[in-house]
Amino acid sequence: MSSELRYTANTQLEHLHARYTGTGHADLTKYEWLTHQHRDTLASIVGHPTLTSYLAIADNESIGRVKFEMTERMLQPCGPPPPKDED
Amino acid sequence: MHLYNLTLKEPTAALHAVVGSFCGGRQQEILISSGVSLQLYRWDASGGVLQNILSSSAFGAIRTLAAFKLTGDDKDYAVVGSDSGRLSILEYDPKTTSFVPVHQEPFGKSGARRIVPGQFLATDPRGRALMIAAVEKTKLVYILNRDVSANLTVSSPLEAHRNTTIVHHVVGVDNGFENPIFAALEFEYDDGANAKSSEPLLTYYELDLGLNHVVRRWSSPTNSRANLLVPVPGGPSASSGDKDGPSGVLVCCEDHIVYVHMDVPQHRVPIPRRGRSSEDAGRGLLIVAAVVHKLKGGSFILLQSEMGDIYKVTVEHDREVVKCLTIKYFDTVPVASSLCILKSGFLFVAAEFGNHHFYQFVQLGDDDSDTQYRSSSYPTFGMAAPSDPLPIPSFQPRSLRNLVLVYEIKSLCPILNSQVIKVLPHADTPQILTACGRGPRSTLRMLVHGFDVDEVTNTDLHSAPNGLWTVRLKDDDAHDAYIVLSFADATRVLRVGEPIEEVQDSGFLVTSLTLAMQQMFMNGLLQVYPGGIRHIGLDKHVAEWRVPLDKRIVSCATNTRQVVVALSSAELVYFELDNGGKLNEYQERLALGSAVLTIGIGEVPEGHQRTPHLAVGCEDQTVRMISLDPETALQTISFQALTAPPSSICIVDMVDGSISNAQPTTFVLIGLINGILLRTVMDSIHGQLSDIRARFVGVGPVRIVPIKVQQRRSVLAISMRTWLQYTYHDRVHFTPLISERMDYACPFSSEDFPEGFISVLGTVLRISRIPQIDQILKEVEMPLDFTPRKLIAHPTNHLLYLIESDHRAAQGLSGATGAQRSSGEPGDHPSTVVWPRAPAGTWASCIRVSDPTTATTLNRIPLDNNEAAFSAAIVTFTSHEDTPYLVVGTASDVVMTPRSCSSGYLRVYRFTEGGTNLELLHKTEADDVPLALLSFQGRLLAGIGTSLRTYEMGKKRLLRKAENKEFPSAIVTLSTQGSRIIVGDIQHSIFFVAYKEPTNRLLIFADDTQARWVTAAAMLDYCTVAAGDKFGNVFVNRLDEVISEEVDRDPNGDGILREKGILMGAAHKTALVAHFHIGDIITTFHKTSLVAGGREVLLYTALHGTIGILVPLQSQDDIDFLSALEQHMRARFVSPIGRDHLSWRGYYTPVKAVVDGDLCEVFSQLPYSQKAAIAGELDRTVSDVLKKLEQIRIGACGF
Repeated sequence: MSSELRYTANTQLEHLHARYTGTGHADLTKYEWLTHQHRDTLASIVGHPTLTSYLAIADNESIGRVKFEMTERMLQPCGPPPPKDED
Repeated sequence: MHLYNLTLKEPTAALHAVVGSFCGGRQQEILISSGVSLQLYRWDASGGVLQNILSSSAFGAIRTLAAFKLTGDDKDYAVVGSDSGRLSILEYDPKTTSFVPVHQEPFGKSGARRIVPGQFLATDPRGRALMIAAVEKTKLVYILNRDVSANLTVSSPLEAHRNTTIVHHVVGVDNGFENPIFAALEFEYDDGANAKSSEPLLTYYELDLGLNHVVRRWSSPTNSRANLLVPVPGGPSASSGDKDGPSGVLVCCEDHIVYVHMDVPQHRVPIPRRGRSSEDAGRGLLIVAAVVHKLKGGSFILLQSEMGDIYKVTVEHDREVVKCLTIKYFDTVPVASSLCILKSGFLFVAAEFGNHHFYQFVQLGDDDSDTQYRSSSYPTFGMAAPSDPLPIPSFQPRSLRNLVLVYEIKSLCPILNSQVIKVLPHADTPQILTACGRGPRSTLRMLVHGFDVDEVTNTDLHSAPNGLWTVRLKDDDAHDAYIVLSFADATRVLRVGEPIEEVQDSGFLVTSLTLAMQQMFMNGLLQVYPGGIRHIGLDKHVAEWRVPLDKRIVSCATNTRQVVVALSSAELVYFELDNGGKLNEYQERLALGSAVLTIGIGEVPEGHQRTPHLAVGCEDQTVRMISLDPETALQTISFQALTAPPSSICIVDMVDGSISNAQPTTFVLIGLINGILLRTVMDSIHGQLSDIRARFVGVGPVRIVPIKVQQRRSVLAISMRTWLQYTYHDRVHFTPLISERMDYACPFSSEDFPEGFISVLGTVLRISRIPQIDQILKEVEMPLDFTPRKLIAHPTNHLLYLIESDHRAAQGLSGATGAQRSSGEPGDHPSTVVWPRAPAGTWASCIRVSDPTTATTLNRIPLDNNEAAFSAAIVTFTSHEDTPYLVVGTASDVVMTPRSCSSGYLRVYRFTEGGTNLELLHKTEADDVPLALLSFQGRLLAGIGTSLRTYEMGKKRLLRKAENKEFPSAIVTLSTQGSRIIVGDIQHSIFFVAYKEPTNRLLIFADDTQARWVTAAAMLDYCTVAAGDKFGNVFVNRLDEVISEEVDRDPNGDGILREKGILMGAAHKTALVAHFHIGDIITTFHKTSLVAGGREVLLYTALHGTIGILVPLQSQDDIDFLSALEQHMRARFVSPIGRDHLSWRGYYTPVKAVVDGDLCEVFSQLPYSQKAAIAGELDRTVSDVLKKLEQIRIGACGF
């Protein structure tokens, strides 16, 4: 679970966070923010046909592959999370 | 500034295509989405064409399409997943020939967002439910049903959400009439500390119809590189009690296909690869498109790889138990975004780029020699070690064996660059040249406004006729019997047949010229000549009416029952056929008082005795409408004053939905001697003329000839150019013909040649036909080898210089392969679909000289050393006597992300042999990729990466003169006026740069407040720039005049240097003056005039094939009127996908100072009551509004 789902006792806010994936909160880390940004961007590229075509032409790949690689990159767009400070 | 956006050509990309019986019945249609519009095509077997039935703009982004049929129904509904935040279900309405939204269920925010559904659509094969899913988390299931009056109902959505889950694909599993199941290929991410890349899961979501909820029924991990699901048919077959198939899905992974179903053993086969694609062997092969077709007692599954190869996959089964999965190579076709199989045995390939192909199956790949690979030949059906790859077999691609190409839908997608220049020597308007396509399917296309004319034969008559007719013999004859030619003192009659020969016994008077020829009702023929009228019965009995000796007939008009002749004494004589088939003269004659130049009479309406109105064009520049009704016969109804004497009049009934959908409208077309054609609408009861519209046809008198095109009444207007007025998609249009000039013409029909026309120019007679009226822009294609990057036209010699480069194309292609292919048929050889693959960072590139008038390549210069060309310009150097040179910006070993290269180069070529050949003078190294070049004040201006430089020509290399390195990302566009340069940055919008000659400085003095991803830019005037960005916006930025003058007054640029920057940028900011979302990425702008003597417009060409214009509105009245109309249209017109128009056009930034002409033009498609209501609120009549819209369109583009 990402930390935003656990971070508060306020159940209503928790509910809203669960509902709107990608919403930030006060304790958001840089990594989490960046990951959300990348996922939003990648989802937007996959969702806009002109952008997938544009990338496909630039890189000379098929649109199918561009969509696949973009979707797959959503898994960990910024690499594995940094190690947690134990404090 | 206020602009009016008008799309001249809708995007031609096909992002999705589905097949279904949208019109109902047995016939199938193909529904294509171009991203922002829907097109419906039907195969017309007799004509051998895919006919466009409808085209409708969505005013929103269509992301996916699906079709479903309710159980027991014979009509398909279309479902659209879009960015509107609604589920839109469309039904085809034959009455209005449009898609009508039957349900638009809102479920989320608009826009293509991460968790708002719309990316994936899956329907239950039995039409009981559908699932719409987002890229992440959200999945909604809607139950489809009928109410008591058999209307489609949609339930409220059932949620099947799952947090932190990303979806690759969703399909509906075919399991007969058990609870509907949707299969989703998804993976879960975990951002927690112990995150590891998880395996994708194949999950079955079951809709429990009894309990009305969705459960996650079953889930199983699959191959980590799975990307696509294909449902395998199942459930009971309609004909027998047997099962159609085993059900389940095929999971397409890199290099493998796996058959998966709940609780049954899996089967796996490898995807055979091309034998020689070993260069990029490290990479797997993906399946990008698939199609399943149910056959009697089985299924037919085709999968297409990213190389364009199609594989046939068979699931061998015994009842529900799968015995074996087999795969074999089928054929190679262009890489598709969607494949569709029609029941009639056709395969439609919606190509991701380039023309869309329509193939016929000649065999199903059952009995040829291609090797079949079976899962049963591997241990445990290939699943012994699921994570290890199976040995990959290879095959040699070959030319088509199972498919035959029968039709192509032309597609400009993608347009990468364009030019608007006058290519055709005799044309008075410029042509649009586009560099389109990708890889081996790239083309250079010239677009010419007009319809092509197929000339079937031509003959020399040895003398020039002055009239030409074709006549049938009997009322029910399907084809013409005679061709009649009138000469100065003779008439020749030819019999239609094989061969066409002259006849002597026709009964016609052959010693005089002829004025008119007509087949009469009850099987007689009528000839009008200056001395009288001759009525010839089928039995060759002749009845003759003679003119008094001192007079002669000067003009006449005939139809099957009525004859009107005008005598030289300005009298009108009227004849009517009685029931016995005899021609009777009306007892009175009408004296007109002015010489008659031309008469027009309509056809007799079906079941009527006569047509009640006559139009007479007189020398005093009037047209008089005269009644032929027995009670008011020969009384003048109305006058219409003209600006010039009329030369020809024609009354014709044509369907125009913008005036009336119910019945054809009667048009009175009046051609004037000054080349103007007036189109007026006649009130069929009172005979009054209204709604006059003028079009310029050509220099010289206009002659009007009614003909038939595609079985519909059309009209040729002949002058120096020939135009066709015709009905297409229920609208009357007016388009020129691309043909030889003609003097006379008449319709023609024979057994071998059912529909066409005969024309005469001088002494030459031609028989021709108009093959299609779908595309008003004719495309002339020329094949290219690689993806074109830039197209430039030489200023004087009319040749084109193209640079082409392809990433990931094997090296060595630049030389041999391209040249080899140019001799072969395009699309015929498998290698022409995609070039053999190479690893990233490998490039193939060339420079091409071509002649656009003949569409030929004159010269081709390949680039070696992994060098690729990115920019080009024709530059004149003051130091070299202003001779033009071609400068090409190249770079070697370019890596796309992050952008890098081993070295950039500026190649300078000298034009030799009149420009047909290029001689390399020298190559100058640069530190980055030169993406933009421009000729600037007798020097070369180059945008090389983040630096802007000027170069002077040297003996061995270019000499760097000035430089500015302050650009943030990369310079992609350059334009100039005077000493001002406008620079477009790839990520940071537009910069204004001043060149100060005394100090040789390039200084940025203004920039934009928004960071835009510029793709194209054009300078509108000294202070204004229009640009397009990567997200489909077009915007106009303007610099304050005061700042502009201040900057120009500063001689050395010291003032600019001293000024303090604002917002971490330049000292001055430009203001946004107009903004609009096009929905397509603009690749080129041209400030040009498309009409001879017309005003300048801003033409843009965009990636998916859109061509549009932005027209500056000149008067406040126009602005007020069009804005008001747009506002009313927004309120009344419902987009088929339910997208709010204002939010679509203001997708990223609110729309500013641009009126959407496309929406305004939808006005003509509204039902009459709505049109009248809007027009009423605008204080205009409906025809005023339509006329205004037409005026703007014609004034701006002439289309």
